[in-house]
Amino acid sequence: MSADVDVVVVDSGGANLASLGFALDRLGARSVVSADAERIARAPRVLLPGVGAAGSIMQRLESLALVNTLRNLQCPVLGICLGMQILCERSEEDETPCLGILPGTVKRFAEAPDAPVPHMGWNRVRITHDDPLLRGLSSSDWFYFVHSYHLPPKLAATLAETDYSVPFTSIVRQRNFCGVQFHPERSSTAGARVLRNFLELT
Amino acid sequence: MLAKRIIPCLDVRDGQVVKGVRFRDHRIVGDILELAARYRDEGADELVFYDITASPDGRSVDRNWVRRVAQLLDIPFCVAGGIRSIAEGEAVLNAGAEKISINSPALENPALIDALARRFGSQCVVVGVDSETTSGGYRVHRYTGDPNRSGDSGRDTLSWVREAVDRGAGEIVLNCMSSDGVRRGYDLAQLVAVRECCSVPLVASGGAGTVQHFVDVFLAARVDAALAASVFHSGEIVVRELKQALIHSGVEIRP
Repeated sequence: MSADVDVVVVDSGGANLASLGFALDRLGARSVVSADAERIARAPRVLLPGVGAAGSIMQRLESLALVNTLRNLQCPVLGICLGMQILCERSEEDETPCLGILPGTVKRFAEAPDAPVPHMGWNRVRITHDDPLLRGLSSSDWFYFVHSYHLPPKLAATLAETDYSVPFTSIVRQRNFCGVQFHPERSSTAGARVLRNFLELT
Repeated sequence: MLAKRIIPCLDVRDGQVVKGVRFRDHRIVGDILELAARYRDEGADELVFYDITASPDGRSVDRNWVRRVAQLLDIPFCVAGGIRSIAEGEAVLNAGAEKISINSPALENPALIDALARRFGSQCVVVGVDSETTSGGYRVHRYTGDPNRSGDSGRDTLSWVREAVDRGAGEIVLNCMSSDGVRRGYDLAQLVAVRECCSVPLVASGGAGTVQHFVDVFLAARVDAALAASVFHSGEIVVRELKQALIHSGVEIRP
């Protein structure tokens, strides 16, 4: 365990690393961005952000030899948006095999008359299981989402679901692996609360 | 369900927020960070910063303020104006913006939309469309920031929106030019027509003057978001009060 930082942010190649870093700064958390397997393996906590496409992020993690490092982490891990989706077995996006930590396939939203794709904007979560990750939050809190693919609802690991053209799992936790479909760094006070709760997990 | 979004737009020139009736005689209305914080605290869902000096001059601009805004804001924001390459888009996104919006550069080079969407994902690529109602239908205008160059781009609005979406735009901002700056309401007929052919989120822009205009645009045109500038900057409409009125009218809104 390295005590010099509170959290290591995986350099997954997306463009939202800055805003996530600023959100951690606002919470007073010491963070570092890294793509180094050894650094990540020693981290007290790991954030796995993801922006872009499942195929390209998995390719990047493979080329950095991070796939097994991530699968074997014992510390608290939080996947954000695409970073949550790749915790699953596979994604329909680019027909990509993913990390396989969670069961299930990530699917694309079907286009519906009043549900444009991507699902973009503020939506609520319906909490289905209590968890320390959700401390201080309720089903009336709003979060900022931007995504075209989603996890199935009603997984054993589902902590909360969100309704769009179909209901989907928006917060998940299996052992030390957590995931949120929304962007906590852009979700006002409720998002900051999720990040703070995560930083308090040990 | 997904909430409808209220988006104050801040026109930025030389690090200051300015506003004129488009696009002449810009008047300074305030400091970027102060206004950004004010709208965040009032409950704005998202902000757009439109760099009005960037596109017409064809030069790259000082965007150090993007990073400062990103440090301050815990809501998403989009930067528009003068982004004409992958490198410029990347600089803005790496500084912490959630989305980039392109308008005239996409008309000059439509493949820029494909390239940006491939590189960064559709979700952060917004295409802005300045559209005017003419006897020949809805027409796309280009270089609207520069009175000397502004004019018909030769494109029909509905087909350009379809093309932009096909190329990978993740959101369309439709600015209805004849309504813009005059506060007589959004151009509902045009927005309804564009909504029909737009499968990605659609943002209405141009014409907001009263609370009722916002109610109308969400209920009649089924847009995903409404953007406005002067009514918010002047304080005539306060975002928090607007949102309460919209909730009262049955519109799904984050209070």
